[in-house]
Amino acid sequence: MPMNKTNNAIRPRPMIELPVISQSGAMQRPQAIPPRPDQPFVSGTLRTSVGMVPQVESGLTGCDRWGSVKARWGVWRMNYKIDPGLYALGRPHESSEVFISANYKLSFDALRSSLPGRNAWILVLDTRGINVWCAAGKGTFGTEELIYRIQTSGIKQVAQKGKLIVPQLGAPGVSAHEVRRHTGLKIYYGPVRASDLPAYLDAGFKASPGMRKVAFGLKDRATLIPLELSIGLKPFVLIALVFLTLATAAGYAAGDLSGVAGFVQSLRTEGLFAVAALGAAILAGAVLHPVLLPYLPARAFSLQGAIVGLVVALAVLYWRGGNIHAWPGLLEALAWLLIIPSVAAYLAMNFTGSSTYTSLSGVKKEMRIALPAEIAGIAAGGVLWMGSLIAAWRNWL
Amino acid sequence: MDGLAHSGLEELVMKKMVYLKNVTTLALDPGKCTGCGMCLEVCPHAVFEMNGKSVRITDRDACMECGACTKNCPVSAVTVQSGVGCAAAVINQLLGRTGECCCGPQDGSDVPGRVGCC
Repeated sequence: MPMNKTNNAIRPRPMIELPVISQSGAMQRPQAIPPRPDQPFVSGTLRTSVGMVPQVESGLTGCDRWGSVKARWGVWRMNYKIDPGLYALGRPHESSEVFISANYKLSFDALRSSLPGRNAWILVLDTRGINVWCAAGKGTFGTEELIYRIQTSGIKQVAQKGKLIVPQLGAPGVSAHEVRRHTGLKIYYGPVRASDLPAYLDAGFKASPGMRKVAFGLKDRATLIPLELSIGLKPFVLIALVFLTLATAAGYAAGDLSGVAGFVQSLRTEGLFAVAALGAAILAGAVLHPVLLPYLPARAFSLQGAIVGLVVALAVLYWRGGNIHAWPGLLEALAWLLIIPSVAAYLAMNFTGSSTYTSLSGVKKEMRIALPAEIAGIAAGGVLWMGSLIAAWRNWL
Repeated sequence: MDGLAHSGLEELVMKKMVYLKNVTTLALDPGKCTGCGMCLEVCPHAVFEMNGKSVRITDRDACMECGACTKNCPVSAVTVQSGVGCAAAVINQLLGRTGECCCGPQDGSDVPGRVGCC
């Protein structure tokens, strides 16, 4: 995916405190660079009074879909951006609607693919490749950037009678009355989901209460799992290697067999079990917790994660079938009963960043207790686990 | 999966997807409110309701402090200390990292708005 490295560098940050725009809408700030027509998803160009505008279609290609799969798995996700500026969906005219979007390609694709058979303008803000809601929270999908794009894209000339539709989830960054004050344009807040746009348009720019509410259904949550996993992958591999090495070494030292046979046996019974137990912790926190979210008791995500982790830990220990009447087995069991729920709680707590209903005040409140508890749990579990290795090795106790 | 996501069971429990109680910093000054209804339009959790000529808060605990209402209230009647409810961002802040929160790839529809943090 080619990236536009030049845009950010050349374009100075817009400042709304600059001279107020004259009534005629004349531009007083530097002209933005128009989006390049050679981006892979651009199908043509439309000749307008303000120059050539890249044209896109509603239908997504296989290339578009493959790109979104990669983005979800975290491959190049930060580079999954498109050029900001004005695009034409189909053949829009002066009274076609103007949809505001982010320069994150998945946001852009969701918008255009929701509008089959319609002609519209799409004005893409520079959100540095971040989706609408996140960018709105940061302010990059914001009043300032929207005013700048309205004034520099020529949208006022080509869509004189078109209504300006901002996705509702952009509202945390956009002040509709400020935009109107600076540009004279009224903002219509569209529905939360791009897929509701046809119904919204057909109802005369009216969103039903359901269209205004954010959901967090199974599909939404499941979509996030690959990313949750990919974020945890690197630390998991490093820690798993340490556990694998220590457990295998200790198992070898404590075992009856020597040589390759002893090594293979300790790898199988000790080393790989430790890796599996750590994997189970990740599974509990990054897969089971998101899937089971609405069904779990407790409101705090960390507590929910700890509960799932505890159940998983018990299952893992049952599967292990260790002897808890001897010190090594008991210490090991206790270690995993601490480590798995703590890791799961930590991962679940981080899922607050992905959820659609957690407030910052709530997250801070939850973390004051959860974070120290998770750290203590993992540390204590690690010590107990080391203790179990030593106990097995020395045949102590 | 789509079918399951919109099945009755999910709908039923969805109402229970509420975060911690009594934590939101959301406040409304009914004296200032002109009843324009912008907050009703932008709130993603239907926290507000029309009450005659002004709005009232009906579902406080559903507020996620996104700040859309404050930003779009022309008379500053609604206030909230907005921020992204994301543990990784809070941790980054604690560690003095400038790391921005969250927001990776998304469902293009932006519905599960924010994705695990950077």
